[in-house]
Amino acid sequence: MVTTNLTRRGVIQTGAAAGAGLALPTILTAGSHAGFTNAPTGSTVTLGFNVPQTGAYADEGADELRAYELAVEHLNGGGDGGMLSTFSSKSLNGTGILGKKVEYVTGDTQTKPDAARASARSMIEKDGAIMITGGSSSGVAVAVQSLCQEAGIIFMAGLTHSNDTTGKDKKANGFRHFFNSYMSGAALAPILASNYGTDRKAYHLTADYNWGYTTEEAVRTSTEAMGWETVAAVKTPLAQTDFSSYIAPVLGSGADVLVLNHYGGNMVNSLTSAVQFGLRAAEANGKNFEIVVPLYSRLMAKGAGKNVAGIFGSTNWHWSLENVAGSKYAGSNAFVQSFGTKYGFPPSQAAHTVYCQTLLYADAVQRAGSFNPCAVAEALEGFEFDGLGNGPTVYRAADHQCIKDVLVVKGKENPENDFDLLEIVDVTPAEAVTYDPAIFGGDLGSCNPGA
Amino acid sequence: MDQIILQILNGLDKGSAYALIALGLTLIFGTLGVVNFAHGALFMIGAFCAVTLSRILSLSHVVLDETKKDFLGKPLKVEVPYANDWFGPELGGAIIDWAVPLSILFAIPVMILIGVIMERGLIKHFYKRPHADQILVTFGLAIVLQEIIKYYFGANQIPTPAPEAFVGSFDFGALIGLDSGKVIYPYWRILYFCFAMLLIGLVFAFLQFTTFGMVVRAGMADRETVGMLGINIDRRFTIMFGIAAAVAGLAGVMYTPINPPNYHMGMDFLVISFVVVVVGGMGSLPGAVLAGLLLGILESFASVREVIEFLPGINQVVIYLAAIVILLTRPRGLMGRKGVMED
Repeated sequence: MVTTNLTRRGVIQTGAAAGAGLALPTILTAGSHAGFTNAPTGSTVTLGFNVPQTGAYADEGADELRAYELAVEHLNGGGDGGMLSTFSSKSLNGTGILGKKVEYVTGDTQTKPDAARASARSMIEKDGAIMITGGSSSGVAVAVQSLCQEAGIIFMAGLTHSNDTTGKDKKANGFRHFFNSYMSGAALAPILASNYGTDRKAYHLTADYNWGYTTEEAVRTSTEAMGWETVAAVKTPLAQTDFSSYIAPVLGSGADVLVLNHYGGNMVNSLTSAVQFGLRAAEANGKNFEIVVPLYSRLMAKGAGKNVAGIFGSTNWHWSLENVAGSKYAGSNAFVQSFGTKYGFPPSQAAHTVYCQTLLYADAVQRAGSFNPCAVAEALEGFEFDGLGNGPTVYRAADHQCIKDVLVVKGKENPENDFDLLEIVDVTPAEAVTYDPAIFGGDLGSCNPGA
Repeated sequence: MDQIILQILNGLDKGSAYALIALGLTLIFGTLGVVNFAHGALFMIGAFCAVTLSRILSLSHVVLDETKKDFLGKPLKVEVPYANDWFGPELGGAIIDWAVPLSILFAIPVMILIGVIMERGLIKHFYKRPHADQILVTFGLAIVLQEIIKYYFGANQIPTPAPEAFVGSFDFGALIGLDSGKVIYPYWRILYFCFAMLLIGLVFAFLQFTTFGMVVRAGMADRETVGMLGINIDRRFTIMFGIAAAVAGLAGVMYTPINPPNYHMGMDFLVISFVVVVVGGMGSLPGAVLAGLLLGILESFASVREVIEFLPGINQVVIYLAAIVILLTRPRGLMGRKGVMED
């Protein structure tokens, strides 16, 4: 016969003791992590690069990844140091971040918000990434930014141009170096007025999603303010490939300017159709018919080939900036030299913005003396810097949007090679593209350290 | 009036691409009974035949131009095509300029070969399997082909322009007595429509007026009886698969100046082409052509601003709405035959 001395009180006491024992390491670890998600404990720190590796923006994602690898190399003291030598903040010294060697993991956003969130979540939960960065679409940026806010991770956005990322969907843990639709409109309008006059009638074709809406609104507001009239604005499905039925009626609509609020494949196809239908050579209202592409990228221009010749647009950065506009944009040449030597071709604007974001994050950690997201956010808010290729820039505290000069570019008439597709027409100063952060609504909320 | 004519032209041009792909799909379904979801990939591979030949013809050697600098400040590397060295700048330039039309000759054998390999190597093993299995395996094949193309050519679109002679637009309005400049249409798109009609005509003539075509048609009607007469119908059907692949490929070759190709272009057309096949009537070749053109025109009219303003979003669903209406009123499609895919 087996007898036991089990009592209800004994079980509760033993259970409580065992529970406390099991919880102790967690409590101690949390303490040593100073209470934030994925606090690095060893000699390394892991960054999560979430870029489109498959799908329509895979080439842009590949260029982002090259820039990230270069940034990691420079942070760890390798290569020629790139923009570390021109960056106005001198806290980074090539020994990693806070003395920890920088390592990275990559995820594939597929340019789909769900897939991007899943890959970001995996990098945070399985790989212990302390910061997530990347992306080539605003839908992805907004989705991943929201996830990072919930997880207590800093999100350094990649290529995202919608006003919403740092407007109505802004988050305390999210930061954007790239410019936005509003800034494109504000930069383009004066150039369009001086080149095409103030008496113009515009026809907008707009991609039927978030970025398209904000870009159309920004360009309409800016151009109407200087006297242009908007004849029509037609939404086009994001999945549209043949734009002929949207382009064909433009010439008979009374418009004399076509604004293509399209990006990526949409822009390549709609611009190709517009040129095929003779819009570049046409006359309307006694004027030459003109086409405008508010957001340009060199990779996109390459896809459209000769069709971009003479067409105005805006861009966040271009590899020739320092040569064309002078030493105010110091850092551009250093980055081009570093990237070009390693990979054999100049970097895209997507590569530039993600390289800057990586350095800005590392620098903020270094200045804050902590990986705690709230300390990092505080170090980034209101941070004024220079030497990263865009001239003097400020990370605005109110919406976490970088305020800096914006480039107006034009497709080159006679490019000499695949990289020489855009020419810089003007650089609009930051003051002219600055806006009240309250106009887009939204609420940053408070920083979430996670854990 | 001018807008109506413009949208009809648009619809015919768009519909001719649908018709060509749907024709190939129907040929394969009618002969082999296979629902080929890799057919869009064949259209895409055809387009990349044009890209490949264009690159071959543009193969270059590098000459350093000391007077100009590249992005790193080094002497600019200027690429000079071998074609210019061998044939002179004028003829060499013309050969490169005509890369897309020349690709037709390049694409025919390549596409037939790919079609035959695809049929003999994979699809023949699925003849007796359910349609669901065929769809799965051909869809998987399409993804594999896409990824191979993406690996070699990248994800970005690749500009493959039409020859200079076809750049620009034709004043169609002036031809039919309307005001000049009101109805202008790109030369290449008009050429695309004519090319598509010619190709469709050739396929029909081949099936109608040759002994080979007669045997194929007999095999489509009663495969077993034709086999019992000692005719190797399987071999003929394999050749028909190759021909269907070539038709899709040629549609892709000629499409490259309309939209710069990328690895995904086949998928963009595939779903609509299946709708075209179903609306036209499974297994009906004239039905596929008719439905392609009709749905193309319908899609064009649904994209007109006034229509979108009246019915927002109609441009995105009109083809599917039309398919529902047609299938409710004519369950076998416009020209479908009794007994096809009804078991």
